[in-house]
Amino acid sequence: MIWETVRLALLSIRRNALRSVLTLLGIVIGVAAVIAMITIGSGTTEKVKSDISKLGSNLLVVRAGGAPQPGGPRIQAKELRDKEVQALVEGIPEARAVSAAAQKQVRIVSGTDSLSVLVTGSDPGYFTARDWGVVLGREFTDQELRGNANVCLVGETVRSQFFGAGDPLGLAVRVGRMSCTIVGVLESKGFSGFGQDQDATVLMPLTTFQRRIAGNRDVDTIYISGTDGTPMTAMQEKVEDILRETRRITADKDDDFSVRDMTQIAATMASATTVMTGMLGAVAGVSLLVGGIGIMNIMLVSVTERTREIGIRLAIGAQERDILVQFMVEATVLSLIGGLIGIALGMGLAGLASATMSIPFSPSLPVIALAVGFSGAIGMVFGFFPALRAARLDPIDALRHE
Amino acid sequence: MAHPLVRFEQVWKTYGSGEARVDALAGVDLTIERGEFVAIMGPSGSGKSTAMNIIGCLDTPTRGRYFFMDVDAGGLDRSRRALLRNLYIGFVFQGYNLLARTTAVENVELPLIYRGVAARQRRKLALEALAKVGLTGREGHTPAELSGGQQQRVAIARAIVTNPTLLVADEPTGNLDTARSQEIMGLLNALNREQGLTIAMVTHEADIAAHAGRIVTFVDGKIASDEAKLEAA
Repeated sequence: MIWETVRLALLSIRRNALRSVLTLLGIVIGVAAVIAMITIGSGTTEKVKSDISKLGSNLLVVRAGGAPQPGGPRIQAKELRDKEVQALVEGIPEARAVSAAAQKQVRIVSGTDSLSVLVTGSDPGYFTARDWGVVLGREFTDQELRGNANVCLVGETVRSQFFGAGDPLGLAVRVGRMSCTIVGVLESKGFSGFGQDQDATVLMPLTTFQRRIAGNRDVDTIYISGTDGTPMTAMQEKVEDILRETRRITADKDDDFSVRDMTQIAATMASATTVMTGMLGAVAGVSLLVGGIGIMNIMLVSVTERTREIGIRLAIGAQERDILVQFMVEATVLSLIGGLIGIALGMGLAGLASATMSIPFSPSLPVIALAVGFSGAIGMVFGFFPALRAARLDPIDALRHE
Repeated sequence: MAHPLVRFEQVWKTYGSGEARVDALAGVDLTIERGEFVAIMGPSGSGKSTAMNIIGCLDTPTRGRYFFMDVDAGGLDRSRRALLRNLYIGFVFQGYNLLARTTAVENVELPLIYRGVAARQRRKLALEALAKVGLTGREGHTPAELSGGQQQRVAIARAIVTNPTLLVADEPTGNLDTARSQEIMGLLNALNREQGLTIAMVTHEADIAAHAGRIVTFVDGKIASDEAKLEAA
């Protein structure tokens, strides 16, 4: 009986194929939006999380310049220097690593190939602080740091672009006007959440970087990594105190540096994603509502068109509930078809987005099940009133209807 | 007989109220026994269609009582009357009232669907009913592919597929030419004689009514005459 009804519903939908498809658009768009958004959203969240964990957990990041004031200009401040790094190394013995780094975008050359990469100068603590491993060769040493050695490590992109499958260790690469010997290859980190290739990079001792690349003694960033049990808030306050003292900031002045807890940044980014998901969800909700009203409208038209048919069915013994079920099933099947098209479309969009934005494609089965259930429910809810109207028709009037 | 199939007891059917009040039926007493073939005649507005709707359990009297198989059908709710129709009554309409774009056999199966008959049994019964009305070979045709006479035969097959006690026919030949009309009437007569099917048929054509064993004529909501034909078999 129920299969009979479903078959009947499909038949009647097929008879009015164009009308049915147009009616379904609302549901299709709504469901596609929900699916695409949730799939992309969860992919982004995953990406952000893995980016942050790649950046190193329990990590404080110190930069020169105060936190931007709302509406005001960013506070100009003197650069971080070696003395701040020294003060932090001495002042925070519980830190797992304190690492100073400076960066610059530089064109590097090997043979006839050239590539624009981010060159970072830092110290051996950098590997610990940023949780960045070496897959081939070795890290540079403290002696090399002290001796301004012309050594460097290259990222995966540099290795594959310049050397293909070959072994780059011991070979030289031109970085700007200097030449350095490759001693190691960094572990691949892939693209960042902002679409930047983190493997297009060269890492060298800070001293070498300052003399040969930057031409100054500035430090852009100081990374301080705590151990797993370190209370980050307490450590952050300590870092701030030390820096204020070192930089001689009087109590009446604002900080001219910023200390950021990466875990907090992760939380902020995650909540931003949530807000966006919520907003898109609201849009999708409105679309689904409109879609539902569309279904109600088309079902009312269908009931009017088929008044005579309903009259025949009632005359030959259909119960009210048979008619009710028939039209409810029709509305539900209609809406489910929309839901399924929407899911396919949403998945397609999410797949496209994850391919272009290089975020993981993470379809969620519960979400798909929910979308199916929800579109079915919309059909039932919005199909109920037209179906009730059909079921309550008077068979005599209905039979007279032309 | 003590238990007539159809029994009207002072049935009134009133539409509207006040000045616009119309008595479609004004105190009708009527009984139809099992096995009868009754033609109901009368001019437009005489109340014959209203009487027909009440006999077919589609409508209920405003006043008075209507018994179908000794059940007070006039006092039943919609769903119980639907059940009565499904179990005991078959309908044939003037305009055939087949479902468009649905094959003959599917049309005939329709009442069985609402009885909850299994698909295979349904198909078997529907094919048998179509054979009885002489439509073997046309099972897969849709109404648009059938002539008027053939469509009415499908409608009759649909009415008898449930093996009803009463067949209610509303102007069954109204849309057909004389030759087709004679064929349909022959078919109804055969069903009445051979299967003992009780038939109540509304018509306004005397030569069609002449096929019935009894002619009841309505005028102004009342029975003007009720004659049994002597030579009726």
